[in-house]
Amino acid sequence: MARGSVSIVVERCKACGFCVEFCPSKVLALSSAFNSKGYHPPHAVTPEKCSGCDLCGMYCPDFAIHGFRTDKPAAKSETEKEPDDAC
Amino acid sequence: MSSPIVSITAPANPVEDFLRTDRMPHIWCPGCGIGTTVNCFTRALLESNTDLNKLSIVSGIGCTGRVAGYTNLDSFHTTHGRAIPFATGLKLASPDMTVVVYSGDGDLFAIGGNHLIHAARRNIDLKVICVNNLTYAMTGGQTGPATPLDVITATAPYGTYDPAFNLPYLVEAAGAVFVARWTTFHVKQLARSMAEMFKKKGFCFIEVVSPCPTLYQRRNKMGDGLDTMKFYKEMSKTKHGAPTNEVGLTKSGEIIVGKFVDRERPDFATMMNAHLQHELGDQYIQAEGPVCG
Repeated sequence: MARGSVSIVVERCKACGFCVEFCPSKVLALSSAFNSKGYHPPHAVTPEKCSGCDLCGMYCPDFAIHGFRTDKPAAKSETEKEPDDAC
Repeated sequence: MSSPIVSITAPANPVEDFLRTDRMPHIWCPGCGIGTTVNCFTRALLESNTDLNKLSIVSGIGCTGRVAGYTNLDSFHTTHGRAIPFATGLKLASPDMTVVVYSGDGDLFAIGGNHLIHAARRNIDLKVICVNNLTYAMTGGQTGPATPLDVITATAPYGTYDPAFNLPYLVEAAGAVFVARWTTFHVKQLARSMAEMFKKKGFCFIEVVSPCPTLYQRRNKMGDGLDTMKFYKEMSKTKHGAPTNEVGLTKSGEIIVGKFVDRERPDFATMMNAHLQHELGDQYIQAEGPVCG
């Protein structure tokens, strides 16, 4: 069960690969698809391993990705959307 | 093309509040580390609970100089090398303001070198973040004041032969009270160091060694930005309190990182107020808030 998730703004990505390399859980990989600038943005290959540590967000020089916790903090801020995650 | 786990309820990226998003994507090259330092800067602001209404950020010219234009804070993009003089004036006119100077090695140490050493000598309460990419990046990769020996640049096709500045050594000798160095690989440490710096009074200086994959690494066949980050990971060694005369950078040698100097010295405003109080007595009224406007 994933404790966190990542959010990716595909169009901002320049495919430097920092997030892929330095993700402690190795969640990410560069995708084979392109964004409109011709870069290969990352995608989550093993999303269940994501801990939401946001190290990808700290490394990303293009502000294109960030991680967040989906357990407690999300349940607090998104009350109306969390019946399945409340436990 | 979006990732399968992207959630519509995802909280916003914490850096987003600090950015002028209409100017994104930014001009920095793929693999450039300046954006990473901005992430650390914003995390440090959040962590240290700095009042953003009492914060301003001043940049000079260069790739790093763009930071002032991209951050959604009170910011000023000065002429080349003049970030420190502008920030000094700002700090003296608004003593309650946190003034951050965010600029590159060329702007701070070459074009604005004299301003920097005198601000450090006077111990003006500025927080200086110097992103050191070891070259003049925006103008095409010429030899700069921090370019190590034996490096190919646009102006040194057979390699550089003039010694570089050791930035922490220089600012410590000039009188800075807080001197640290990290690389763009050390994001957590850098954010912590910046948060610590915001709480410190006096001339504080953080050097961030950053890749310039387009002009520095490519010319020297050192790979791309990611290879440089791996190089930093492998070659950097944390030594808090290391003597700054031993921390000079070389082309491919060890990078000593850490907090080198953390000392106390009365800052410029304190000295000025104490002296004028002593000389003028009751005639002297110390400014608390902004003194103009």
